[in-house]
Amino acid sequence: MTMTESWPVRFLLIGLTLGFLGLFVVLPMLSVFVEAFARGLGPYLAKLMQPDALSAIQLTLLVASIAVPLNVVFGVSAAWLICKYRFWGKSVLVTLIDLPFSVSPVVSGLIYVLMFGRRSVLGTWLEQHDIHIIFTTPGIVLATIFVTFPFVAREVIPLMQDQGNDEEEAALTLGASGWRVLFQVTLPKIKWGLLYGITLCTARTMGEFGAVSVVSGHIRGRTTTMPLEVEILYNEYDTVGAFALASLLMFLALATLIAKKIIEVSQHRT
Amino acid sequence: MMISARNITKRYTLKGTPAVFDASFAAPPEGITTLLGPSGSGKTTLLRVVAGLESVDQGQVLFDHRDVTRLPARQRGIGFVFQSFALFNHMSVRRNIGYSLEVRGVSKADRRRRTDELLALVQLEGYGDGYPLQLSGGQRQRVGFARALASKPEILLLDEPFGSLDTQVRLELREWLTQLHQTTRLTTLMVTHDQEEALELSQQIVVMDGGRVVQVGTPSQIYDQPKTPFVAWFVGTGNVLRGTVEGAKITVGSLSVAVPSGVPDGSEVQAIVRPHHFRLEKNGAAPGRSVGTITRLVGLGGNVKLQLKLPSNQSVTVQLSRREAESMRLEVGDSVTVDLAEAKVFVANYSI
Repeated sequence: MTMTESWPVRFLLIGLTLGFLGLFVVLPMLSVFVEAFARGLGPYLAKLMQPDALSAIQLTLLVASIAVPLNVVFGVSAAWLICKYRFWGKSVLVTLIDLPFSVSPVVSGLIYVLMFGRRSVLGTWLEQHDIHIIFTTPGIVLATIFVTFPFVAREVIPLMQDQGNDEEEAALTLGASGWRVLFQVTLPKIKWGLLYGITLCTARTMGEFGAVSVVSGHIRGRTTTMPLEVEILYNEYDTVGAFALASLLMFLALATLIAKKIIEVSQHRT
Repeated sequence: MMISARNITKRYTLKGTPAVFDASFAAPPEGITTLLGPSGSGKTTLLRVVAGLESVDQGQVLFDHRDVTRLPARQRGIGFVFQSFALFNHMSVRRNIGYSLEVRGVSKADRRRRTDELLALVQLEGYGDGYPLQLSGGQRQRVGFARALASKPEILLLDEPFGSLDTQVRLELREWLTQLHQTTRLTTLMVTHDQEEALELSQQIVVMDGGRVVQVGTPSQIYDQPKTPFVAWFVGTGNVLRGTVEGAKITVGSLSVAVPSGVPDGSEVQAIVRPHHFRLEKNGAAPGRSVGTITRLVGLGGNVKLQLKLPSNQSVTVQLSRREAESMRLEVGDSVTVDLAEAKVFVANYSI
């Protein structure tokens, strides 16, 4: 395509785009780092080393290390089911996978409180057996899984549908078992899409606020994840502390973008 | 090994017409049998049923006398070649070919020996360490054949194996397959929609239409004694002339076709005339007996194809040798008389 617009129009368009991006994306992002490092590197690191901050980082990593692998397993199985089999109610399942995207995260959190809370039958039963879900790590993990489960499935399903089934069927006629087909044929075929899904899922898992906020109970040092700790610190007027922790999440976002770019380039090459 | 399909019915949806309905045939050992039919005729579904890639609603599949109907694809001991090649693009050509051996736990040294043999068989020596996407379409499909043959299956199933190749490569590979078959003598079942391919390659043809087997026979039986107008039309492009029997013949315009004895007067019949069964005579020879006008004339190498418009306004396709056409100096617009001594006639109630 050749550009036919005259140069004033072009400058106006470029200026508008850059201005908009600068004002709404770059400037806020920079301000996070500016605020975080406002008193220099020493205080920045000191804030990150505080026990509450450390435990928030730890909890976030723990939640991600449970939720992401589970969502990978779920996403790949759901995609496999949807792409390889014909069954009744398939379109309902496809729609259900999208549900967490359309429900407000706060509502997702509330669902869990209602399900496992003291007022529900299940909650009472669990309490009698000394199992605690709400206001504990398991609750946070459950809520996070719910909010982030579409990421892997959504990335993998169109890819699998697009690639068809011929290679899998070829492997079957050559004598391969189902597991072998999955690991030697299907996973290599979808690996870039899957990696991208995992990256997005990880970023969202670590950054999830709404659903986690409802089930966490905000017990500092025990049930606050990084985004929750940022909010608490900010409300306590500890700007450097809040922004220091926020800057870690920002680094995560940048790493995700870089990973995305690398994956896209590799995908293009193969 | 003989492949028999007995009364196979396969439905993809609960309601609606089945993809294959009550289909039966037997593919003789060591021969090439083709499933021939237009798209949507159920031929690929039937092949997949034989492979075990599709379950059946009714009927049986037998390999010799063994019932394999419920046996999963990976235990049927078949080689399957796909139209799309279906190679594992992330594996080397050698690993692709040796995959069935890898799966069976064959040692690396034995695998190497066997893949070398196969690379030679498909004339791809030296390509073993490359990857499928570095090969041309024809080469890829030869890898597909080698991979299917690696574990020495007794049955080879081919799903339009030349369907995604250029005409030139397709003709080469067709030739190559004949040679391959002469060396391996594998019972082969092939799906195609190309009647020429079927006539050229197979010892037996199973013609399918609308999910049913319409006729099973040798290529010459299918061509010379088609059971239905559909078979006559699909295999060998027959022209269909309809008419009412009167005095042991039908008359279409001023054209008469003799009807086999025993068909009563007044029956509606269809006459099938192959393009090369027309005998033409330029009008000058017998003035006043004109039965058609040439509306189009195309040279196809040694043959000439022409469209003839009959007085009934129906157009028919006629094929003559070029020499014949040139000796008569046929041109567009000429009127010709037609002799239809070789036409095949079908009694009514068959539909096309």
